[in-house]
Amino acid sequence: MNITAAIADMQQEAAAPRLLRALTALAALGFCATLVLALFVVGEDIQQGAVQRLFYIHMPSFFGAFVAFGATVLGGILVLAGRDAVWDRVALAGVEVGLAFSLINLVTGMVWARPIWNTWWTWDPRLTSAAVMCLIYAAYLMLRTGIEDPERKRRFMAVYGIFAFASVLLTLFIIRIVPDTIHPVIVGASPQNAQGGFEATSGVVLGLLPALLLWTTLMPITAIWHRVRLEQRLEALESLKARVIGD
Amino acid sequence: MSRHYWHKALAIAGKDLRAELRSRELLSVMGLFALLSLLVFSFALELDRAAREEALSAVLWVTILFTCMLGLQRSLKPELEQGTMDALLLAPGARSALYTGKLLSNALLTGLLCLCLLPLMTLLYGMNMLDLRLLGTALLGTVAFCGIGTLLAALTAQTRASEALLPIAMLPVSLPILLTAVRASKGILNGSNDWQAWLQFLLAITLLYLTLCILLFPSIVEE
Repeated sequence: MNITAAIADMQQEAAAPRLLRALTALAALGFCATLVLALFVVGEDIQQGAVQRLFYIHMPSFFGAFVAFGATVLGGILVLAGRDAVWDRVALAGVEVGLAFSLINLVTGMVWARPIWNTWWTWDPRLTSAAVMCLIYAAYLMLRTGIEDPERKRRFMAVYGIFAFASVLLTLFIIRIVPDTIHPVIVGASPQNAQGGFEATSGVVLGLLPALLLWTTLMPITAIWHRVRLEQRLEALESLKARVIGD
Repeated sequence: MSRHYWHKALAIAGKDLRAELRSRELLSVMGLFALLSLLVFSFALELDRAAREEALSAVLWVTILFTCMLGLQRSLKPELEQGTMDALLLAPGARSALYTGKLLSNALLTGLLCLCLLPLMTLLYGMNMLDLRLLGTALLGTVAFCGIGTLLAALTAQTRASEALLPIAMLPVSLPILLTAVRASKGILNGSNDWQAWLQFLLAITLLYLTLCILLFPSIVEE
């Protein structure tokens, strides 16, 4: 195949598959709908005011990050078992999407904490564990750039992805046991010292459930798919470049 | 696990320890580093006696963790540089025995330092740390650190800038161990009763990590 044909081929692949486009539209629509729900439909919290509405993004984004990191584990296991390069891209996409989601989680939490706890950040066990989760996956991305051989990179990152998830689960588990947290728990029993909790009334559940569903299914899946395609196209571009230079 | 597996693991650990006994390179570096770390901490915490006592178990564990990492840097890198890794991989038997052997030698070296660290801290910080329970916790924590560290050192030794990448990869992952170990030793030092629960958590975490490492290690050294 000559270069022009290869370039034409790449341009044809530029258009996203129909299913992905549908998913993207659905995710965007769903995001707008949950925003409308959270901002306008659900009633305002008597004590905390409008800032409480951040909760409808704060908690779903945390669980969304977990789904994305779960995709990394799945991708890693499949790379170690079957060695298909696609799953390595899924693993990488999972880390990046999960990292973005956990940053959303952190930032919304901080904005909420400023008026409620009177501080942007405190070294509370829960907050620390969320920050550590980000750091573990930042380390993942850093390690990834340090490995040159592509086959070895796939294998090593699969191992680290699985390992990282195990340690995130362990950290969260330990944090749950430590009783001295001020972070409130809305669904389930809140810790003794929790500051700024509110009740899970039917209104809160109405705002929360659709958002939770959206952030744990449509949003991560769509974002990961887009990221995987981007990586595929980057790799194709690289090989095309190599061919052009070679000719 | 079969007798053959342990035979291989012990042979590798024995080889490492013999080489170390002859050169004493690692032990002296690690020992000096641990000592320096204790001194730096005691200078930094000198002003406030209450803060120093409060921070004692944190000092202990940070020292153990960093000393451990220093030893791990030199555990697999020479094998790769001198090409002896290929010979180790060619040896018959399970690949994970290589991991177990390396873990044994690393943990023994760092454990030896822990044995010296506790009396030393008793001297320097004026608080009795000669406690068998504390020693047990320290040794268990050392095994846990070396467990994840051996896997991650094998991984980072094959990358560019491996010296910088091991801490970056290892520090966040070692947090569950650090958290439970600090709580357990704090409980022992303060004489409160919750140390047993934290020690059990530490044990559970160690076993979980070790299982995961043994399962994952063969994919790291595969060629």
